[in-house]
Amino acid sequence: MKTTAPDSGLRIRTAVPSKGDSPDVRPSEAEIVCKSVNLAYGENHALHDISMEMEARRVTALIGPSGCGKSTLLRCFNRMNDLIDNVRIWGEIRVSGLDVNAATTDVIEVRRRVGMVFQKSNPFPKSIFENVVYGLRIAGINEKTVLQEACERSLRAAALWDEVKDRLDESGLGLSGGQMQRLCIARAIAVEPEIILMDEPCSALDPIATLKIEELIYELKENYTIVIVTHNLQQAARVSDRTALLWLGRLVEYAPTAELFTAPKDKLTEDYITGRFG
Amino acid sequence: MERHHFEAEMQALKSQLLTMGGLVENRIHRAVDSLIHRNDAEAQKVIESDVEINDLQIEVDERCLKLLATQTPVAGDLRFIAAAMKINSDLERMGDQAVNIAENTMKCLDKPPLKPFIDLPRMAALAQEMTRDALDAFVRRDAELARDVLRRDDEVDDLKDQVFRELLTYMMADPGTIERALSLILISRNLERVADHATNIAEDVIFLVEAKDVRHHRVE
Repeated sequence: MKTTAPDSGLRIRTAVPSKGDSPDVRPSEAEIVCKSVNLAYGENHALHDISMEMEARRVTALIGPSGCGKSTLLRCFNRMNDLIDNVRIWGEIRVSGLDVNAATTDVIEVRRRVGMVFQKSNPFPKSIFENVVYGLRIAGINEKTVLQEACERSLRAAALWDEVKDRLDESGLGLSGGQMQRLCIARAIAVEPEIILMDEPCSALDPIATLKIEELIYELKENYTIVIVTHNLQQAARVSDRTALLWLGRLVEYAPTAELFTAPKDKLTEDYITGRFG
Repeated sequence: MERHHFEAEMQALKSQLLTMGGLVENRIHRAVDSLIHRNDAEAQKVIESDVEINDLQIEVDERCLKLLATQTPVAGDLRFIAAAMKINSDLERMGDQAVNIAENTMKCLDKPPLKPFIDLPRMAALAQEMTRDALDAFVRRDAELARDVLRRDDEVDDLKDQVFRELLTYMMADPGTIERALSLILISRNLERVADHATNIAEDVIFLVEAKDVRHHRVE
């Protein structure tokens, strides 16, 4: 595995991030741009000509029945599909200007920009502190004060600091399900990504832990672009600004969330979200 | 997949609104009838029976709230329930207008009739027709019929102005007619309000069917 030198990709922000002020880094408001994205697992053509743009510092929800391709699409954004054999992807995906699949693109850089949180929280069998700073250590940062500062900042941003600040040395595996999920979010944001992908982040959580994650999403979108895959339509309606419905690997409808849930334009969307599906 | 329970509940909601619409039409008809045929007892019955419509209003509201709370409806279902709640309060207000007509009628009946009725029965017929068509449009999800109801509202407004102008001449000629003339003017106003509520229902139907808000001439 290629390791990134401290200076090459990773910069720790000391001031409040002001992403909108740097037009050279962000040429458009669209943080993720997909142009005719296709994906095939061997013979199985899983995504067909997906073209859509996801705005910076907004929450985009991907909904659709199981197997519709929403997780597959999500995983395209940080090249997680590379881990699967026999995958072919064509079309173009740009993440804040970076051509994700270009031969010259460093996959480590892509994943630094695009953090991910999974359905099942997966803290490492390490202390809470080490979990949060793991990405920084991998990047070669070992300076204690930098790590401490990053740890506190990330845990605060993940709304977990107050609950764990007195036991940072305890194992991350000793936390509750909801806390573990927030720990994973803290770990994801410690390396200062621009985008956070969430694949069913609440499906294993109880309603209160779910509520905390949803509240966290509202806060995180001030600084991060979030794409969330969810089976919970109400969750998509609550947390997202725009919603996309995928169906058999195709993008059916992509609209502002309030519009999609009150007056969908496509009959398939209407049938899916009202539960008259089949 | 079908949502049998939900569909049944939505159907029940629709039936309840139709029952209510039928009652409202009936009350308006009888209130105007009691005026034309000078039937004091009938006017009294209209006033007393308003409680039926009021009870239905509460039942419909409870059903809608329950559906919102338990089924979290979206898209067409959400628009249907939102429209149902608005139609519900329009119908209840129309019932109140029938009561007002009956009350104004009772004030007229202790004196001889002022003049033969021409415009008021026409207004009443128009308002009832608009009510019936607005509810038909709701049941059949017929936005065209709803638009037709909207167009007819002006006709009722014109008749109301005409009634007013005519009765004004009576009042100017003979102050002894003022009390009766005012009651009739109020009744024309009540009928005009009935037509307005029918118009509201028609606007809700267009929202339900096309997801367009046409109130206050916003779209068309």
